[in-house]
This record gives sequence, structure tokens and C-alpha cells, in this order.
Amino acid sequence: MSGAPLAALLAPVIEPGFFAGEDVRVAIVVGAVVAIVSGTVGVFTVIRGQSFAGEALGDLNTPGGSAAFLVGVAPLWGFVAVSVVAAAVMELIGIQRPRGRDLATGIVLGAGLGVAALLLYLDSTVHNTTGATFTILFGSVFTVGSATIPLVVLLGMAVLGIVAALYRPLLLSSVSAEMAAARGIHVRALGAAYLLALALAVALAAMTIGAILSTALLVGPAATALRLTRRPGRAIALAGLLGAAAMWLGILLAYDSFAWSSAGTGWPVSFFVVTLIFLAYLLSGLPGLLRRRSGGS
Amino acid sequence: MTRRDEQIPGLEQLAGGEEILSVQGISVRLSGREVLREVSFGIRPGEFTGLIGSNGAGKTTLFRVILGLQSASAGQVLLDGRPRSHRNPLIGYVPQKFLLDPDMPLRARDLVGLGIDAHRFGIPLPSRARRALIDQMLQAVDADRFGDARVGQLSGGEQQRVLIAHALIARPKLLLLDEPLANLDLRAAQEVVALLARIAAEQQIAVLISAHEMNPLLPVMDRIVYLAGGRAASGTTAEVVRADVLSELYGSHVDVLNVHGRVLVVAGAGDASDLHGHEAALPGMEIVQ
Repeated sequence: MSGAPLAALLAPVIEPGFFAGEDVRVAIVVGAVVAIVSGTVGVFTVIRGQSFAGEALGDLNTPGGSAAFLVGVAPLWGFVAVSVVAAAVMELIGIQRPRGRDLATGIVLGAGLGVAALLLYLDSTVHNTTGATFTILFGSVFTVGSATIPLVVLLGMAVLGIVAALYRPLLLSSVSAEMAAARGIHVRALGAAYLLALALAVALAAMTIGAILSTALLVGPAATALRLTRRPGRAIALAGLLGAAAMWLGILLAYDSFAWSSAGTGWPVSFFVVTLIFLAYLLSGLPGLLRRRSGGS
Repeated sequence: MTRRDEQIPGLEQLAGGEEILSVQGISVRLSGREVLREVSFGIRPGEFTGLIGSNGAGKTTLFRVILGLQSASAGQVLLDGRPRSHRNPLIGYVPQKFLLDPDMPLRARDLVGLGIDAHRFGIPLPSRARRALIDQMLQAVDADRFGDARVGQLSGGEQQRVLIAHALIARPKLLLLDEPLANLDLRAAQEVVALLARIAAEQQIAVLISAHEMNPLLPVMDRIVYLAGGRAASGTTAEVVRADVLSELYGSHVDVLNVHGRVLVVAGAGDASDLHGHEAALPGMEIVQ
């Protein structure tokens, strides 16, 4: 098939010039890296029952991003710094004990969001703009800039490296911490290393779809993948693919949405990405639902 | 507690050589309370030993000491004649209360495979040898039918089989199982017990299994370690499950009744008023009115 008819076929979907802009190309690369990293870490987040910790780390990126904006550096630096510090504090005040975990998470979350309230207020008064608040909370993958790509890739590789190295001990300790400890695995150190990977993944997600929505990219594709496969390796691959697909389709729809209204303003990418992830999750539940229906009758 | 090994007739034929596990005068204090007091016993290869005691008698604590997850305030544990090292490939372990999320993306064969090399870094590479070893182990525990099912969706008895395969695949010499029969119905419990007895005999593995009820284990138990009040009595069931031995252990008079092949340990007639007070402390006891 030659290129011309294909382009004509896709013309109504992919607006002419979609791949022409640098901001779109950067968004496509960064979005894919971030989605794959989030999906990989997300599978372990879901099976370890640490979705709340993931959500909290995501929300806690708000003060990080707003502080970076105030100082005038790229938000990603703020996201990464605060994420890692927050993960360390959670670890120190007892996230490892299942009973203390939610409490520790909640306390750190509350304190962090209090700081965020101040910083976001300062952002909007000092810089006299409300754009910062929206960018930090709900992301802006189109404004990332090509200079950030190496850092994004580097952080992404670091996270994937941690998960690959710790794959087997992580899996066993997710099944039973006791069984892992009995085999001589340092469960505490393992949990801390995993939390670091989670913090970095969430920081990357915060930059693309926003601090508040980063959990959606972390947990959504992973939860969908867990319904579709019973093998851990496939669940990770599938979560990464689903996340990347949602990200790319979201970027495309956001780009298209510029043409939808006469005002010439597009809808946020984050809205499309999160909606697509949610729809995929709902759809993945259908086979199980149908099986239960037919089994019950 | 005195050790009774020497008094047991016929033990020499039963035992296959030196002790694989030797627990010597172990005492454990947890937040000021003495949970275990001078517990001593030994296990030889191929022996099936029941660790019997009510909830809170210290069974799990004793397991944690043997595994090296809990330090003892006195005494020592020898594995194959040597002090225990941090990660010990000699021990296979099946924990208590294993409840896995039904959605966990882990097949029975994946969990068995983790038994080979879960402590290693990196991602396991699939190989024919690895697959064959896992298949062989699933067959050994009669779990090949559900090898490809999600572990979390298996029944309690099926999960126990998978966990036993997970523990056995690393070729341990000692298998520790913490209350493996607790959530099983009678038939599933009998099947698991028969499987463990077969494994102990065929592979010359020492099996130490904890339970609050001794009756399901009576047909296969070579030796018993009876825990009460932090102290232990060990020997054959005939040696240990006796009114005088258990009365000394409990520190109050108990009777051992044999009813239709079931052993019941009950508070003695002289202490009838204390019957309900001791109810929880007497494993295997049924109130006889």
C-alpha cells in the first residue's frame, strides 16, 4: 500500500500537520516513555496494594512542581525532588507496616498539600498567572520541550532498571513478605527500592498528565492488564502498551480538538488520556461479567 | 524440658542418621513476656514431626527462630550440625494464612518457579529445563491439573499443594509448614497430610508441621513436639501424649482420652470447675459432658 491513499484515509482523524510540530513529536516520545514506565511500576503498585501510596506521591508532586515554577526551573526537577523526599519520609515513618502504611501516607499527604496551597497561591500572585496551577495539577505534555527528553529517558531507564533487577524478589514479596524474608530477602530494603522507583515513575507521570492525574496512568493500565492476563511478565508488557496507546490517542485527540471549536483552543490532553484509560478498564471487565452471567444462569 | 529421644525404642531404625534440625534450649522474650522457655528437640531426615499447641502457644515464634527471622534470648538452632546462616537453602517454608488476591497475575507454575530463584536479581529466562523442573514438581504434589490457573483462584487445599511445590523445588532438607491445615476441610486436610508423609518418606526430607489439632496428624506423625505455656515436650506420640507428661507441661492436671481413635486432651476431673477457663489452652480438647 502506498503512502498517499493511507494519508487520505487518515486525514479526517489525523489532522494534516500532526507530526510537523516539534511540540507534538516531543509529546509522543515523552508520553510513550512515561506510559511504559508507569505501567511497569503500576503492576507492582496494584499487586502490592500500594495504590494509595502512589496516589499520595502523585498529589505530593504539587508542591514540588509549584516550587519549581516559583524558582523558575523545569517542573520535572521539582516533581522528582519532592517525590523522592516524600517517599523517603513515608518509608521512615513506617509505610512498610501494613497497619501504619495508610496512616503514614495520609499524614505526609496532608502536610504536603498544605505547603502546595501556599506555593500555588504564591505562583499565581507573584507571576500573576493561573496557568501554573493548571499545568502542575493537570499537566501539559505539549510544553515539555525537546531539551527534557534525555532526562525523561534517563529517569525512565533508571526505573525500569530497578524493576528488572528486583523482579523476582519483588514478585515473591508481593505474594508473601514472610516467604520472601524466609528466603533471606531483605524485605525492608526491597520495599524502599520499590518506593524509589514508584516516586520517580509518578514524577514523570506528573509532568505529562499532571500531579493529580498521575495515579490514573500508574494504576489504570495496570489494573486493566491484570484482568486480561494471568502471567506477571505479560501483565507488565500489556500495562505499558495500554498506557502508551492511551497517551498517543489522547495526544491525537487533543491535537484534533483544536479544530472542534471556533475559538481555536484545544481540550487538555490529560482529559483524553484519563478518559481512554477509564474506558479500557471498563471494557476489560466485560468478559468477566459476561462469564459470570452465563455461569450463573 | 527433658529430651526423651534416648528413651524411645525403635527410633534408631526410624531415623536416617544425624539430626538435620537441632533446637537447643531456645528461649524467646517478646516485649517482656517469655514466649518460649528452654525449648529443645531434634529432627532427622525423613521424619514427620508435628508441632502441636493452641493459638498463642509459640508455634509461629518457634518457626521464626528456626528461619532466622526472630532472635532467641538463649539457646541455639543447628541446621545439619552447623549454626544457621542468613539465607539457608536447607529450609523450605510454607507460611500461615496464605490469602492471595484472586486477580493476582500469577499462575501456580509461576509461584513454583519463584521457588527456584526468587532471591536472585534480574528477570528469569524461560528454558526447557526450567519448565520441565516446574512440571515435575507440580506432578509431585498432584497439582499439574491447575498449573496454569491463577494461584489466587485456587481452593485452600490446591494453594497448599502449590506452596509445598514452591518450597520443595529448591531441594531443601527440612520443610516447615505453619498451620497448613487451618483453613482446609477434613478431606483436603487428609490429602495434604498424606502428600507430606509421602514426600518425607520418598525424598528423605524432614517435615515439621504446626497444628492446633493433633488428630489429623496422628496416623503419619513419627514424632511430636507439644508446646504449652512456652515449654515443650517431645518424643513419639506414645511418649508425649500422656496424662502425666501433659499435666506437668500445663502445670495443672489434664486427662488424655482415647475416643474412637481420636485423642482428646481435657482438663482433669479434679479441675472440672476450671474446664472452661482452660478451654483455649488445651489443643485437641473437646468438652465432654
